[in-house]
Amino acid sequence: MKERYEIILAGAGGQGLILCGMILAEAAIAEGKNVVQTQSYGIATRGGFSKSEVIMDREEIIFQQIQRPDVVLALTEQAMAMFASAGPEVQIFYDSTLLGTRPGQNLHGYPFSALASELGHGGTANIIALGVMAVLTGMVKVESLVSVLSSRFSGKTADLNIKALYTGVKLVEKITKGDPL
Amino acid sequence: MQREVKLVQGNQAIAEGAVYAGARYYAGYPITPSSEIAELCSVLMPQLGGVYMQMEDEIASIAAVIGASLAGVKSFTATSGPGFSLMQENLGLAVLGEVPCVIINVQRCGPSTGLATKPAQSDVMQARWGRHGDQAIIALSPATVKECFDLTVTAFNFAEKFRVPVVLLADEIVGHMRENFTYPAPGELQVVERKKPTVTPDRYKPFEPAEDGIAPLAAFGSQYVFHITSSMHGTDGYSNNDPGNAAWRVAQLHQKIDRYRSEIVLTKTFNAEDADVLLIAYGATTRAARAAALTARRGGIRAGVLQLLTIWPFPDEIVAVLGGQASTVVVPEMNFSGQVAGEVQRVLGPGADIRRVNRYNGQVITPQDILRAIQGR
Repeated sequence: MKERYEIILAGAGGQGLILCGMILAEAAIAEGKNVVQTQSYGIATRGGFSKSEVIMDREEIIFQQIQRPDVVLALTEQAMAMFASAGPEVQIFYDSTLLGTRPGQNLHGYPFSALASELGHGGTANIIALGVMAVLTGMVKVESLVSVLSSRFSGKTADLNIKALYTGVKLVEKITKGDPL
Repeated sequence: MQREVKLVQGNQAIAEGAVYAGARYYAGYPITPSSEIAELCSVLMPQLGGVYMQMEDEIASIAAVIGASLAGVKSFTATSGPGFSLMQENLGLAVLGEVPCVIINVQRCGPSTGLATKPAQSDVMQARWGRHGDQAIIALSPATVKECFDLTVTAFNFAEKFRVPVVLLADEIVGHMRENFTYPAPGELQVVERKKPTVTPDRYKPFEPAEDGIAPLAAFGSQYVFHITSSMHGTDGYSNNDPGNAAWRVAQLHQKIDRYRSEIVLTKTFNAEDADVLLIAYGATTRAARAAALTARRGGIRAGVLQLLTIWPFPDEIVAVLGGQASTVVVPEMNFSGQVAGEVQRVLGPGADIRRVNRYNGQVITPQDILRAIQGR
């Protein structure tokens, strides 16, 4: 079983990528792993390239930056352009509402933003993506993410985020019948 | 009860570490990449009966910290390069007034406002020499979230014990990084309280060293009435222009730190004992150095890392021993001028093979950058 995962969440400021990385990291902690979460962003709070990185491992994580990503989430064309040419071993997930569709065995487009709007909150696209990626890569368990969302948020916000997570999970089950990548 | 493992940011660990150390006064002016420290202190300090002061600028911030500390409360501020520059004048007052305080500098890429959200390690010399006059302070540098917490506690301990400002030289990487971390239980880490006078108020002299070389410090507002000035003063705290007194005062500021070098100089080693190639690193760059050394070992090169947790006073002794045993020394740091590499050269001499790995564009140093320097021999 694969123990170390390196995940890059890339897009623009305001898309909730850093929060997404924190939730993923907390889920990995719940599964007893070491984590390092870093980020890179510009001086604007909205817009501009933003990136969040998560490394999870049973072993000590020495260098803090990702060198060989296993999983990439791209939420803007700029982010996609940076990673689209990565090798076939890198699973790249992108938002097909915001980005043009691209062919490629390792390129997985899902309408995260459209589904988020259907849920009634455009800001849940990042959580829907987490649900999709968790099921397809197995990097963290869906239950671990649920437990993090329940402790990080409360009331209606928790409900909305958990609903968003399961929107991603069910989407994958519908399309792939649950077969992992 | 098993203590909980949490996802904690470096800046958060610094604020929590300060609270653990007993800090109950924070004054500051928020600046990226240190702002989370101010944000958290604005919540924590009032909850703990402490004070959070949002000041108009960094000059006022350090002034308020000095005042609060003299009132008997462990006090600190956090900033980045531009704010650290503004604090230098009053930091000099804290040195000559022997006022315990902690200054967190989460370094970003300069000069001036530079790249506000990007990391650097370019304030090493400013921490040591940023103030006019001949003086000495202590500076520590963390590489992990755990070290952010632990070294903040240590910074307060040193400040209180030696009556000196202590700078925690973090960087944007470690300040913004999050890692799994378990907060230590109360009592798990040592917390030092400043030494108070035992003589009666009429006999108290705020600058008269005890046998341990450090003068006890009373609190403003207590029955001890005393004077602190930025001008040269005698043991009683009042102006004194006598050359003999001035010589004694200046020497005392240095000697109280020199005397406790072995306690103050903190380092870690990773496979350094038999290293033919010694990497000397500090702050977040230590992590790239450790990764590079492990890769080099797998390739048959005996590489090891000496991590400088204490940067000032500079760890001359261990640099001389381990650097002297190695045939090559590599110093990676996020600055152009090789601020620590120059110190290593001073210790090891002009003939030593010292390779510098420098980045100064806001990007981090990678293990590959360091490996290239190792293999370049």
